[in-house]
Amino acid sequence: MKRIFLVAVLVAPSALADPTPQDVQKLMQRDFHARGQAGMDRVVQDGLQRLCTESRDNPPAGAAKAIEADQMKTIVFPEGSLMGDWKRGESIAQNGRGLQWTDKPGDAAGGSCYNCHQLSPQEASFGTLGPSLQQFGKLRGNGPEIQRYVYGKIYNAKAYNLCSQMPRLGLSGTLSAEQIKDLVALLLDADSPVNQ
Amino acid sequence: MKKVLGFCVVLGGAFCASLPAQDAKKEIQRYRQMVAEGSPAELFEVEGEALWKKPQGPNKVSLEKCDLGGGPGVLKGAYARLPRYFKDADRVMDLETRLLHCAVTLQGRRREEAAARVFGSADRPSEMESLSAYIAAQSRGMKMAPGLSHPKEKEAYAMGRALYFHRTGAWDFSCASCHGEEGKRIRMQDLPVLYKPEHARPVVSTWPAYRVSTSQFITLQWRMNNCYQQMRMPEPDFGSDTTVALILFLTATGKGEPYRGPGTKR
Repeated sequence: MKRIFLVAVLVAPSALADPTPQDVQKLMQRDFHARGQAGMDRVVQDGLQRLCTESRDNPPAGAAKAIEADQMKTIVFPEGSLMGDWKRGESIAQNGRGLQWTDKPGDAAGGSCYNCHQLSPQEASFGTLGPSLQQFGKLRGNGPEIQRYVYGKIYNAKAYNLCSQMPRLGLSGTLSAEQIKDLVALLLDADSPVNQ
Repeated sequence: MKKVLGFCVVLGGAFCASLPAQDAKKEIQRYRQMVAEGSPAELFEVEGEALWKKPQGPNKVSLEKCDLGGGPGVLKGAYARLPRYFKDADRVMDLETRLLHCAVTLQGRRREEAAARVFGSADRPSEMESLSAYIAAQSRGMKMAPGLSHPKEKEAYAMGRALYFHRTGAWDFSCASCHGEEGKRIRMQDLPVLYKPEHARPVVSTWPAYRVSTSQFITLQWRMNNCYQQMRMPEPDFGSDTTVALILFLTATGKGEPYRGPGTKR
């Protein structure tokens, strides 16, 4: 009787313990294989991914601020105007390809913007995971400060909201500086359909 | 001409040519109703039955002695009780992983050969897809009840849940990045929140399924694979503990729902 009790005590904690992000990563490193441009380095979490996983996207404020500041340092702002061509921006926003193992390395990727955001009123097929961006520039103007904010947010959304679900499109190498500038124009240019 | 002939054959042949116009109209109505009532998945079920009974591999035996959990060859209700722990393999397996196991252990096939083409195309479905359709269909009306009592089942369930919320990859996604909040969608596609029973139930009770947009029969192993592709991750191994843990977590979350697949998806 005593022995059974002892065994139960010893076994219970390990059976109940949830796998840590380290445990999950170890399993993924065993169970995944590189394919196309999707290498196994993608299975290795960085500090931000780890913290967001551990906290279920509710990181302690202090730690969040510190990592957000680190993420801000990753953003490379080009010289001069950050406004490109909204027409090119519209097609980048429409394009949902890029970085998948089926995508050809070297082909220009898209921003997958419409997957999650409402932008031009002409496009009725938009996702709702992110906020609607209709009238974005009309409500905020298109001065240098807002240009810098939009460029930075697209380059690395995590610098502004640590556990945001939006990909770090510049830092991850998905979009080029020129492409991000075109998206800035899609959001801010007075002629863009977004602001009509 | 060929199409007309094919249509006549479907309607039942010989008297077709002499049908008066009125009767032909009635027959077209009947045909339309038949198509509406039946699911294209049934074609895969028929193909799957033939494959289940077909001797293959070095041992020249069929899969009919494959034990899907209820004993060798027992198909009735087997799918509804998967994934589950299998003592002979000492691991938790979903349907497709178990079928691959049987192809290796019973038929003597090499694992690499049997798993060389697990995801098919519209023109040529894979063995796994047809077999999944056949086997899943024999759990219709039965409540989904995956294994959750064996320590390895509990371990796999906990791992599946951890995987669901694990953020990684080039775009920092977890399953919950898209399937985490109610009422959200990607483009026009509604997104079920799969850690919630009320969302998981209608999903797990209708997979595997025929996908109308690609004319393909798709399985849960395919679903896991395709999600990780879209998450910009490398590719998960077919039948790996990762995929099985996720499938167990999702099925367990939707447990209790009577199976009514194979279904039809967008």
